[in-house]
Amino acid sequence: MFQNTYGRYDKTSLRFTRFLFKLFLNETAEKVDNIVKAALFIPCLSEHLYPESALNMVKVLQYLGVDIDYVENQTCCGQIEYNSGLRDEIVPVAEHFIELFSHKPCIVAPSGSCVAMVRKFYYDLDIRDNLKSARDELAGKIYEFTEFLVDVLQVTDLNGRFPHSVTYHDSCHLNRELGIYEQPRKLIRSISDINFIEMQDPDLCCGFGGTFSYKFKELSIRMVAQKCENISNSRAEYCIGADESCLMNIEGYLIKHAMKARTLHIATLLAKSLGL
Amino acid sequence: MRSAVSRAASKAVEKRNRTAGEYPYWQTMREQAHAVKRRVMENLDDFLLQFEEKCRENGIRVHWAQDAEEARETVGTIAAEHGVKQVVKSKSLTTEEIGLNRYLQKNQIEVTETDLGEYIVQLLDQIPSHLTAPALHLDRKDIGRVFHEKLGVDYTEEPAELLAIARQKLRKKMLNADMGITGVNFAIADSGCLCVVENEANARLSLGVPDVHVAVMGIEKIIPSFSELDTFLKLLPASATGQKQTVYVDVVGGPLFPAIGEGARNVHVIILDNGRSRILADPQLRETLFCIRCGACLNICPVYRQIGGHAYGWVYMGPIGACLIPQYNGISAGRHAPFISSLCGACAQQCPVQISIPHHLTRLRYDVAKQGYTAWWERYALKLHAFLCRYPLLYRALTWFPGKLQQLLPGDMRFPAPGYTRDRALGRFDSKGFRRRFLKMQRQQDL
Repeated sequence: MFQNTYGRYDKTSLRFTRFLFKLFLNETAEKVDNIVKAALFIPCLSEHLYPESALNMVKVLQYLGVDIDYVENQTCCGQIEYNSGLRDEIVPVAEHFIELFSHKPCIVAPSGSCVAMVRKFYYDLDIRDNLKSARDELAGKIYEFTEFLVDVLQVTDLNGRFPHSVTYHDSCHLNRELGIYEQPRKLIRSISDINFIEMQDPDLCCGFGGTFSYKFKELSIRMVAQKCENISNSRAEYCIGADESCLMNIEGYLIKHAMKARTLHIATLLAKSLGL
Repeated sequence: MRSAVSRAASKAVEKRNRTAGEYPYWQTMREQAHAVKRRVMENLDDFLLQFEEKCRENGIRVHWAQDAEEARETVGTIAAEHGVKQVVKSKSLTTEEIGLNRYLQKNQIEVTETDLGEYIVQLLDQIPSHLTAPALHLDRKDIGRVFHEKLGVDYTEEPAELLAIARQKLRKKMLNADMGITGVNFAIADSGCLCVVENEANARLSLGVPDVHVAVMGIEKIIPSFSELDTFLKLLPASATGQKQTVYVDVVGGPLFPAIGEGARNVHVIILDNGRSRILADPQLRETLFCIRCGACLNICPVYRQIGGHAYGWVYMGPIGACLIPQYNGISAGRHAPFISSLCGACAQQCPVQISIPHHLTRLRYDVAKQGYTAWWERYALKLHAFLCRYPLLYRALTWFPGKLQQLLPGDMRFPAPGYTRDRALGRFDSKGFRRRFLKMQRQQDL
């Protein structure tokens, strides 16, 4: 359904996409308008270290006719404090997030663990009563990128081309907290000329775990070493992932140990395959 | 050691996954088991009283122990009452928890562990390194050496020969023992029966051969009736060793039954609290008491695989140990345990009774932080970060610096995390950041 006919982002093709949505998905006009409007939530790692993959996500979404809306004044979801046990400290951060995003029709983020934080762990926080219903609502409309493409937009064939061998690393929060396992694989398999090789134990943790990677360096490094060994045994050129934090950890080890494989965020993969 | 643990663990996971895959209703069974445990925990007082009453009817003597000391002394009293000199034990984490062996030895009672792995660990004077495979951290060469040194036999690393040596030594102990001590896997409330599962018949002999049998159980071991037992008897061995069923399932329904002629003459059960009722009081964390000690979470845990069991410093180890240590030993003594995890959640996925371990770990981290045990630098760094997150403009201004600063540093500068970068290159900060790049891109599109 989503052929290359849409071309690059412009106002006309956007209108055309909406028309197609209405035609094929039998949705009400209002819902369609909301579906193709997505607010961006850019987690801190994507903002400061890897803006490239987030930009690629934007390009892919625009290519599909999604109206992108950047929410000013966004900061961080507070996951790092949450995982370190400082729950009370991030209550205002969570409240800021909820106030900022709750009136948006739908929110997309290029990171599973940050989505899991908002969708699941905000329930552990003692937030203000008047924001509780907004939090519940928010949990139902924040999506991880691949989840948004496959489950919301129903995109499973982007008609891209990427003549390389790739493997896929399941990020723990993405896979286990959000249950996003098939979605990225569907997207990867839909790319033509791609050689998709599953590595051994794709769902094995890479050992990042936020401050864990710093507080238990030795342990974390041994874990990422195991992961990288699995990647290199798969003989894939690229390790695809959907969470920037895991990719940072894995790529850091790959580079330092002069291993051949490189990491690629799935948004970058899709954008590259489409020539965006 | 590390490779031995890692290899053994991944083999166990493989077997577990194969066996679990053979059950068409595996997930349903997990849900059932979770529901049963929840029902028990929410009405534990009633179930315990029912269990006590039924045990008494069956002729089992019931003792209650508030803490480890009381439990040890109860065993001591029972031993004194029957003039016990030699004790054989089957593997039991609960007795490990209360440090029973040392206590008995101090009272001039000889204690022998009869589970092979536990026997080896006892010879080494170590604590077990795995819930179900206590000597997981040793390979056969280590075991050959231990036997050679401690038992004075010729060195061999042939498994069959090692086994024969152990069997010969243990058989003698078994026949001479005055008292057998076992743990309890499941205590059946409505019939007053104790169920022990095992593979080596050492528990069966420990509870059957000596005159006195003492079973030590935590209050959480109760299940309502035999009809719930079969679910657990499927889940436990499959999760622990990948077996469809353990070789022996021993059920003790009371002392010697003359018509059959089996069993010890005196059966005692010690019901141990030792902090469990405190855990029970917390509606969220009581779920950690659902644990049936199968060790599946250890085998799957990437952290446990790297550091083994002794690193956790107590009898309960791995992900579930990380939950239990601060709860049993107090937040202060166990403050490090909940942090030895990357919160990957593989344990929860594997747990046969669906304990959501990572959620309990973050909750315990909260408890640790609330009591002020976070390192000062971490607390201040995170507080600063949390503060900045509330003021977007300030946040944006201050997060601009790292990018600029790193660009000034040469190539592979150890910034901002010394140690982290020893084996990992650090991503380069982008001085522009997503926001500015995105806004620029949008401006270009609008043109």
